Amino acid sequence: MPLHLRSSPSLKSTFLNILRQNLGFGSRSHVTRHIRQNLPHDPPLRGSQNPIRGFCNTMAEPETLSSFGQHEDASNHQVMDFPGGKVAFTPEIRFISESDKQRVPCYRVLDDNGQLITNSQFVQVSEEVAVKIYSDMVTLQIMDNIFYEAQRQGRLSFYATAIGEEAINIASAAALTPQDVIFPQYREPGVLLWRGFTLQEFANQCFGNKSDYGKGRQMPVHYGSNKLNYFTVSATIATQLPNAVGAAYSLKMDRKDACAVTYFGDGGTSEGDFHAALNFAAVMEAPVIFICRNNGWAISTPTSDQFRSDGVVVKGRAYGIRSIRVDGNDALAMYSAVHTAREMAIREQRPILIEALTYRVGHHSTSDDSTRYRSADEIEWWNKARNPLSRFRTWIESNGWWSDEAESDLRSRIKKEMLEALRVAEKTEKPNLKNMFSDVYDVPPSNLMEQELLVRQTVNSHPQDYPSDVPL
Amino acid sequence: MSAILLQGAGAATSLSPFNSIDSSKLVAPSRSSLSVRSKRYIVAGSDGTNKSFGASSLVARRSEPLIPNAVATKADTAASSTSSKPGHELLLFEALQEGLEEEMDRDPHVCVMGEDVGHYGGSYKVTKGLADKFGDLRVLDTPICENAFTGMGIGAAMTGLRPVIEGMNMGFLLLAFNQISNNCGMLHYTSGGQFTIPVVIRGPGGVGRQLGAEHSQRLESYFQSIPGIQMVACSTPYNAKGLMKAAIRSENPVILFEHVLLYNLKETIPDEEYICNLEEAEMVRPGEHITILTYSRMRYHVMQAAKTLVNKGYDPEVIDIRSLKPFDLYTIGNSVKKTHRVLIVEECMRTGGIGASLTAAINENFHDYLDAPVMCLSSQDVPTPYAGTLEEWTVVQPAQIVTAVEQLCQ
Repeated sequence: MPLHLRSSPSLKSTFLNILRQNLGFGSRSHVTRHIRQNLPHDPPLRGSQNPIRGFCNTMAEPETLSSFGQHEDASNHQVMDFPGGKVAFTPEIRFISESDKQRVPCYRVLDDNGQLITNSQFVQVSEEVAVKIYSDMVTLQIMDNIFYEAQRQGRLSFYATAIGEEAINIASAAALTPQDVIFPQYREPGVLLWRGFTLQEFANQCFGNKSDYGKGRQMPVHYGSNKLNYFTVSATIATQLPNAVGAAYSLKMDRKDACAVTYFGDGGTSEGDFHAALNFAAVMEAPVIFICRNNGWAISTPTSDQFRSDGVVVKGRAYGIRSIRVDGNDALAMYSAVHTAREMAIREQRPILIEALTYRVGHHSTSDDSTRYRSADEIEWWNKARNPLSRFRTWIESNGWWSDEAESDLRSRIKKEMLEALRVAEKTEKPNLKNMFSDVYDVPPSNLMEQELLVRQTVNSHPQDYPSDVPL
Repeated sequence: MSAILLQGAGAATSLSPFNSIDSSKLVAPSRSSLSVRSKRYIVAGSDGTNKSFGASSLVARRSEPLIPNAVATKADTAASSTSSKPGHELLLFEALQEGLEEEMDRDPHVCVMGEDVGHYGGSYKVTKGLADKFGDLRVLDTPICENAFTGMGIGAAMTGLRPVIEGMNMGFLLLAFNQISNNCGMLHYTSGGQFTIPVVIRGPGGVGRQLGAEHSQRLESYFQSIPGIQMVACSTPYNAKGLMKAAIRSENPVILFEHVLLYNLKETIPDEEYICNLEEAEMVRPGEHITILTYSRMRYHVMQAAKTLVNKGYDPEVIDIRSLKPFDLYTIGNSVKKTHRVLIVEECMRTGGIGASLTAAINENFHDYLDAPVMCLSSQDVPTPYAGTLEEWTVVQPAQIVTAVEQLCQ
């Protein structure tokens, strides 16, 4: 029975060959001469202490050519054929710096005041789309505020807002088609909103009533809708990234004109799943767009404690993935970037990484008080000076597509709708007890049926201990 | 039709074992409670009639000679079974491959992903030839990250494919635990039934021949608690092919446990298409004195012990439980009610293994029928040593089984 372990003998000898070639054995050893020249002030190293010299003495024979080619090029420096392409040798001992002197620039189209930057490249949006983008951003903001307040009043058990990230939510959704499959983290309800999820449907999920598509099984904000191609939120961080790659693989096999899109935060990029998913997507040539909402905070962990690279965009290159850094609070830039990325992903069958710089204005969730670890001034500044809604509003108003009247009309209408949705959802009956046991499998097996029977028996004998609002 | 199976056999003794179900009679691979489901299928009875699976039909027995060796690496065991029956002879890994290939032919959504499953044909050759036939997208070689390709399989399943995810060794799937528990097991439930995850996760596990501690793990212990998944363990070429096909057709995520030392078992299996029921146990040897419950490789140790026990005058009933989650308490219960004594022989560790759960289930459900405490023989709670002699003694040996039966039957 063969052993199928990870190491293999041939790999080790291959590695040794590379090592020998890189150190220049069997060829002119200008490596060692160069090193000695570059260390003029160090005391001369004794042969036994200089590892390279030591090797040089013991391996005097010229190396036979291995499976890799080795030849001289015109400039008399050797070049090696290696899997992935030709690799030039260099006699200088030079490390790639841990960071570039300049950070990767950030793509934006509207300045801080919402004015279009001259000579900016962007994808044109129609008035209808632009107004819908803005209206949905306002709707998302109002929905978040009302749900948050409802939780504070004790009407909801839990909520997580997306305040400050409305542009990422809505503008990215606007650039996609309904066939693109979405794998969210948990701060992207705007994508569902864009696709037509109603305020009532949001409220139903948050209250876990019988109209909730999740049948009341999950916490609030764990939305999911198969008809809108939005996969149910799974609370675990970054596990949706490999799922998205799998969905992209499926779309690739079916040759669909669609891609998979997945969202995650700066904190999620530390998870192993992020790295593995990017690597897999690149190797599989899968049409998936990775959108990182770099909002500065992972609960209380700032990005400086999360990674030491220049943000997330530089990691794409490490996996062979085309990447871009975008101003996440510029709706027009987000729209353009996602639109372009989608075309590339599908046409060229490749993954794309988008790092959207933004700020998490709200707390991590209703279980968090972010003023404990960051200054209120910082939050205030981002909310005012970098507000995605006000910037986009200025731009659509400058096009004559919006007005103060439209704004107040919209806000009062949405607020009324939202409060009504809350009221209705709160009053709607909860799902039946049998839903605790259904959908674990396609058909309940005998052990679950037995367990349900036990629960019902207990309820029958102690009805006063059983919640009155869960129908039997 | 089952009748055709019998006519094709041409022999007085029935060809088809106890739980075979004619696949053409299946409307949809739906699971229902044991008692309801059992009324639907027609099983070829050993006396040549077709009878409904009901409470009294447990007497139908395997008519092929029982494989006597603990580990059947020799071909001689198959010689006696090939003489009078049609069908074709193959090794267990070939049976798995045949099942997989048939399902991939039948349904274009079935795909395979894992390390070295493509042109290399899989570490244990279960996917041999499939990449040539179906292409290297449908039989996908992945980079080394179990959590990622399991996650990938789950995402692909949610979008309509039916992936078969191979772990090169079950122990490596520890790295995929997050995806298996949190996404695979849960998402059908938490999405309110909107998304199904019909994946099959398979791979070899168990103690092999000096593979070292990390490559000798029994993952069924760790996975058994995860709600939402099913677990089955194959032990013969016949049930390997049948379970593979059933698992692929199931709408639930199924983990199929194979064993490193059983891949070269040889058996003659029917030419006709068949599947095995995922939730049913297999009656290996009916008996009267004691019920021995086992699965996977330990089945062969038990059968070897059974030979000795028969010579000593005992009549053990041997059941290969096959379905590790959920347990087939119907078959097991009927056996306990008959023999009143239970011995569980497993390869899992003493603590928290399948045997531990099975002991609890039997005690809870059939306490009144037991004449003696349930005894469970398991491996010790130690990492599997590399030294061959020590490794042999971490695994339950036939001699221990004989002693246990003698003790229980006093």
